[in-house]
Amino acid sequence: MNLAPDTDHRGLGFVGLSPAILALDVRRMLRNRRTAIFSLVMPVIFFLIFGTNSAFAKIKVGTGNVSADVMISMALYGAVLSTASAGAMVSIERAAGWSRQLRITPLSPFAYIAAKMLVALLLGAVSVASVYAAGAIVGDPSLPVQDWVLTAIFAWAGSVLFAAFGLFAGYLLPSENVMQIMGFALMLFAFGGGLFIPLSQYSPTLRTIAEFTPLYGLSQIVHYPLFGKGFDWVWVLNLLVWLAIFSAGATWRFRRDTARV
Amino acid sequence: MATRGTATSSRSLPPGQGAALVLSGVHKSFKELHAVKGIDLEVARGEVVALLGPNGAGKTTTIDMVLGLNQPDSGSVEVFSLSPRHAVARGAVAAVLQNGGLLKDFTVQETLRYVAALYPNSRSVPEVTDRAGLTSIADRLVGKCSGGEQQRLRFAMALLPDPWLLILDEPTQGMDVEGRRRFWESIRSEGMSGPTVIFATHYLDEADAYADRVVLMRKGEIVANGTASEVKKRASGRTLRATWRGAQPDALAHIPGVEAVEIRGESVIIQASDTDAIARFLLNQTPARDIEITSRSLEDAFIALTSEDVTR
Repeated sequence: MNLAPDTDHRGLGFVGLSPAILALDVRRMLRNRRTAIFSLVMPVIFFLIFGTNSAFAKIKVGTGNVSADVMISMALYGAVLSTASAGAMVSIERAAGWSRQLRITPLSPFAYIAAKMLVALLLGAVSVASVYAAGAIVGDPSLPVQDWVLTAIFAWAGSVLFAAFGLFAGYLLPSENVMQIMGFALMLFAFGGGLFIPLSQYSPTLRTIAEFTPLYGLSQIVHYPLFGKGFDWVWVLNLLVWLAIFSAGATWRFRRDTARV
Repeated sequence: MATRGTATSSRSLPPGQGAALVLSGVHKSFKELHAVKGIDLEVARGEVVALLGPNGAGKTTTIDMVLGLNQPDSGSVEVFSLSPRHAVARGAVAAVLQNGGLLKDFTVQETLRYVAALYPNSRSVPEVTDRAGLTSIADRLVGKCSGGEQQRLRFAMALLPDPWLLILDEPTQGMDVEGRRRFWESIRSEGMSGPTVIFATHYLDEADAYADRVVLMRKGEIVANGTASEVKKRASGRTLRATWRGAQPDALAHIPGVEAVEIRGESVIIQASDTDAIARFLLNQTPARDIEITSRSLEDAFIALTSEDVTR
């Protein structure tokens, strides 16, 4: 081996981050059938069940129809499940002693977290793409071309919020039941964001509660190109506050973790 | 073979003349537990050092500090004149840690490819796979590998950066005799190309057979440090075993010439240089019987130097 300059750049930079480790991590995640089914297959099935129902699928909504609304909701749900599961991988990797093993390699702790975030975004993109592909194939969703693109990008980019949530949960919860607890929490969040049932059908009290849940703001923003009117900065506020909470939580646990190991 | 030649090495030893590892005045506590109490240790380049001691002697804590996984409370740790973290970041030091450290849902080959990708100048994965005897199971999931196979995988991971210092924490724990023999064969074939090796072990025969030097730890302190034969000599003398029901350690310790005493059930084990005098005393003055006298092995030296009731 050759001598590198004598500086410890691990804490600062992203030493060790490479496409090779991302590809290996993605492959390993998809090897886990439960993760693959829940985050990639299930949202597509939900879309096919609820988004192509001839009773209401073609009813016009904003610039598109109900089928498009359901497609966007399920793509976001899938992306959120994918990114959160990818983030929560830290729990399993800590329990296995893998994180400790990596601490005796040049991989910087920041690069490790960055790798988890990038894997999350890669899987999130696949989730969005698979629901949208299903939508394009069955042909029920009607939406202007630019709105297909915009809603897909919003859903994908916004799901990074739940990569932070997954990391936080992964550092906080024991590895045996992190996925179950998180899956349940994400389902509640999905109801709060109106992904399964339109918020307009909730009672006023439930609706008010829903507005404070983590998927509410993101869901409203992602659906905005479809509904097209009444943009509310409260959505952005909701998104930013939850992003701050999840990132602060993940950073706090991450710091404790690196100090201890 | 205190230092080995570098002629067969595929790469050059690190430049400079300093030691591979220098620990000076290292202390480490965990809450109430004073795990390491002021250790001074120097390991020369190319040396193979065995770190021996009972559980809780501070071996793993010491190794963690050398790897930068823990910071000493006071004192300093230098690896090739670098801080442990620098040395790790540059691939100068690699380790086979005790248990864990593997992901069940990676294959053997994927694990190695992942780790190889972290080093700028990693050795090739197929080469290391072959060296560690993992070629036939390269595509097997780690979760489906036996304990011995997983241990060989950990070893292969440590070989990837081509480290100057290789640390093995209880590398053969849980292996059968044949597995241990094969493991040490592969380390040895690796060792000829020159890394400094420090290994912690419970198996004294391993220390005797493979180490240039033995460092014995007890309760966070180094109690002996030298070649295996020096350590044996240091605890020179003989071991006397006798059967004595209800023997009192205090009474035994007061017998003239007794260096150390251990009571295991009805057996009394005494370390001393003049065991004949003690045998005579035991047979004449006490109910002890079935006396057996042997000269000391490294294991006896280990017991003599690390047992709780050293009385002199």
